[in-house]
Amino acid sequence: MNEPIRLQQVWKSFGGRPGASPAELLQSSEARVAVQDVSLEIRAGEIFVVMGLSGSGKSTLLRMINGLISPSLGVVEIEGRPLQQFSRGELRALRRRSMAMVFQSFALFPQRSALENAAFGLEMAGIPRRQRLAKAQQALERVGLGGDLHRKPDQLSGGMRQRVGLARALALDPPVLLMDEAFSALDPLIRADMQDLLLDLQREHRRTIVFISHDLDEAVRIGDRIALMKDGRLLQCDTAETLFRAPAEQAVAEFFRGVDPAGVLTLGAIAEPSPPTDGWDPKDPDLTVLSSAMLLKEAIPIVTTANRPVAVVGNDHHLIGSVSPNTILRALSR
Amino acid sequence: MSHLLSQLWLAQASEAGAVGATADSIVSWLLGNGGALFSLINTVILVLTAIVEQLLNAPAPWLLALVVALLGLWRVSAAFGLLSLLGLNLVQAMGLWEPMVSSLALVLTASLLALAIGLPLGVLAARQRSIWQLTRPLLDLMQTMPAFVYLIPAVMLFSTGAVPSVIATLIFAMPPVVRLTVLGIRQVPADLIEAGRSFGCSEWQLLTKVQLPNALPTLMTGVNQTIMLALSMVVIASMIGGGGLGDVVLRGIQQLNIGLGFEGGLAVVILAVILDRLSQSLSTPPSRSARDRVRSLATLWRIR
Repeated sequence: MNEPIRLQQVWKSFGGRPGASPAELLQSSEARVAVQDVSLEIRAGEIFVVMGLSGSGKSTLLRMINGLISPSLGVVEIEGRPLQQFSRGELRALRRRSMAMVFQSFALFPQRSALENAAFGLEMAGIPRRQRLAKAQQALERVGLGGDLHRKPDQLSGGMRQRVGLARALALDPPVLLMDEAFSALDPLIRADMQDLLLDLQREHRRTIVFISHDLDEAVRIGDRIALMKDGRLLQCDTAETLFRAPAEQAVAEFFRGVDPAGVLTLGAIAEPSPPTDGWDPKDPDLTVLSSAMLLKEAIPIVTTANRPVAVVGNDHHLIGSVSPNTILRALSR
Repeated sequence: MSHLLSQLWLAQASEAGAVGATADSIVSWLLGNGGALFSLINTVILVLTAIVEQLLNAPAPWLLALVVALLGLWRVSAAFGLLSLLGLNLVQAMGLWEPMVSSLALVLTASLLALAIGLPLGVLAARQRSIWQLTRPLLDLMQTMPAFVYLIPAVMLFSTGAVPSVIATLIFAMPPVVRLTVLGIRQVPADLIEAGRSFGCSEWQLLTKVQLPNALPTLMTGVNQTIMLALSMVVIASMIGGGGLGDVVLRGIQQLNIGLGFEGGLAVVILAVILDRLSQSLSTPPSRSARDRVRSLATLWRIR
């Protein structure tokens, strides 16, 4: 599936008259508007983080992507087709084939073993028992639970349970993963492990991952792009770096206030346009060359140990500029 | 209105009033117009009861007792297996085996029918609000009505004997399984339902793969309760010729024969305990293997 997921002017209100106009929804006392006029495009193969505080409508937004909740107004487009046009059967087929979900509360079936839980989606899709168990076992082994196949969820720790939840989604090998605050209920250390696992999985096999989070550090760490939501509205949607450097409104800047700039800024954004030395020669073996996409926190140890400015190059290896320890200090103190 | 009031006023204790007269006429109407249906129900229940009784009588008493004891050993505990063996032998020794088996046949038939109607009804009521709203007052009525009251229309529609006993029993015993099925299914956490849907469950798959497995323990409590209520009603149903252990107790009362009444009552208790524990054990898988249980049986003999 190379088609992006598109949301066009999507509204969702709970309660209120069906077919009401946006103005009517906002004024009605019975309607609780969860999502307001959100338009965005999730590109195939990216980790797209929807970030916001609780009650910002982000979980509702996620559920509109796989049709668990249908929008009051607007269009959700999957595989180039509006979701509203899918019949019930097609919608089920889409969920079995193309998009699997991971839940904050894990939502594992307590009477099933880890293996049977992981095989659940395949079972619904009618895959024969032996085949689905083999696939489920592979998925569990991939998430590091090869030794706990026959344990029940209540015999597993929180982190292990979410690994089962992840394996249940991976067993389907879906092009799209929907992750609803998937790591929010975990301890910080285990959460970091799970984020690493997700990034590893993404390196092995690119999927479109829509990740809901209320933790900006998590969003910055794993997200290719971040959509910031507040009170049902989409504030801004871009890379973490752009959100940080060019917030569209005050609320966006507030989200980023406590964030470590070294984890957000890349060398490309802070490099001085001048070459590292006057007679810059790309073939000089002593010269350090770094990619413009490298984060400051990764570059700091390299730049500070080099005894002269470091060259920064873009994707096609052309020179963008140079970075010295001073450049970095100036960027961080801003 | 005044006519109705005066009728109510004048009604004697021995005679039914206007409300009772209506119920009376409904039963007569049913008898006059639903004859074919009632004779069909009659035949079905008669045949079913006969089959169950035949099955229970097929093995020798000692063999049936042994089978029950082994079931108890496997599902509950070694001590329970042993006690049920002793209890059933006591029933046999008191000469009450035959009435016990016929009571058991009535209980099993009535419970089977109550479950056959109650489980699907519970599932429907749990998923369809309107069905629940219709069912609920009916269940309230069935549960609050004194047990004896069921006997009268049952006798009027089906005369006396096993059939009205089974019918009165199944009506009396059905509410818990319906209620607890509804409760069990409603109690399935919302995130599991959502997980089911998000992995592409059809409605049928959602019911059979998510809701019922998660509701099973509650559902089985309902089954247990239904069986226990069926036993208590079967004893009462001896008053309309249901036969069995209730008959023994009833004779004890009528003849002021304390010994006979006590023996009948004891047999009812033994049957009740065995049915209760065995049906309760259905809701949980045996926690230990059969071999462990045999071993624990062996420790019973090791007197220190």
